[in-house]
Amino acid sequence: MNGMTLIVKTITDFVVGFIIVFGTYIVLYGHLTPGGGFAGGVIIACAFILLMLAHGKDVAFSKMPEKTAHILDSAGALMFLLIGWFGVTVGFFFMNTFGRGEAFRLLSSGMILPLNIAIAFKVGSSLFLVFSALAVFRRRSFRAMIEDELA
Amino acid sequence: MENITPQLYALLVFMIVGSIVAIETRNLLSAVISVAAVGFALSVAFLFLGAPDIAITQLVVEVLVLIILIRGTILLDNTAVESHRDTLAVVTSLIFFGLVLGFGAMIFGGRGFPEFGEPLMRVSRVYVHTGLPATYCANIVSSVILDFRAYDTMGEATVLFTSILGALALLRKDGKRKEEEVVAA
Repeated sequence: MNGMTLIVKTITDFVVGFIIVFGTYIVLYGHLTPGGGFAGGVIIACAFILLMLAHGKDVAFSKMPEKTAHILDSAGALMFLLIGWFGVTVGFFFMNTFGRGEAFRLLSSGMILPLNIAIAFKVGSSLFLVFSALAVFRRRSFRAMIEDELA
Repeated sequence: MENITPQLYALLVFMIVGSIVAIETRNLLSAVISVAAVGFALSVAFLFLGAPDIAITQLVVEVLVLIILIRGTILLDNTAVESHRDTLAVVTSLIFFGLVLGFGAMIFGGRGFPEFGEPLMRVSRVYVHTGLPATYCANIVSSVILDFRAYDTMGEATVLFTSILGALALLRKDGKRKEEEVVAA
């Protein structure tokens, strides 16, 4: 998988940074404007998938190695659980104990912002992993099958 | 609020036609693109209904799924499907359609459908009224899914985690075994 033409590669290099910034905005402002961890995480995953489609798997895995994606996936799930357990220290599971702040400000609404970030890590890295599994692993096994048949 | 029913009906007709095309067409790629068209129409319908949160999520997931499905179908050599109509499948789907209509008539037959935009569940009223004072969260959807029902969202995250773990384990094993066989040969 060597990637697409020079035009696609150049445009991708321009656009990928903006897509990641937009995804981060959707995640961080999930408690103020439409959006949230899930949508923002998918947008960030789409940026890396665009990189993989345009440049091939080597460039994409050099930016986001498979191992890092695995670690981020597990870390997101663990972070979600830890924020839930943090509420137990004061009251009940998932009690909103963080400072609520002032409504309509970025740092407000307690645990909703960290939970959004955790979901974004989880969803983004896991969807990137699914795409890489479907695009790379299966392609390799297909080629091996064809080679077996030819041999 | 202006009357949006005609637009919704137009989108609904478009989505039904798209679904029928996706089922009936012989080419897998055409079927994938028809499914994607249905998804995009659904996202526009959510925008008309005033749910931008769901519209964004639907749009983004639709794009990702479209990429994955096209990627999957292009790798196949033969994208045409020859399907013969299975009588059992047709009879089963007709029976289930009849059951759905029957239960709908049982539930809504006596008192009629609720007014458009009038929810059946009364619990949403509590969320709308106490969402901002209880959580200080300007986006009511976020306050429901991450504060009032954070436990549900954790279950959702667990389902995603487990399914992706399983999918990766299955696909990974195949790739690795093939590689080892090639090396051994």
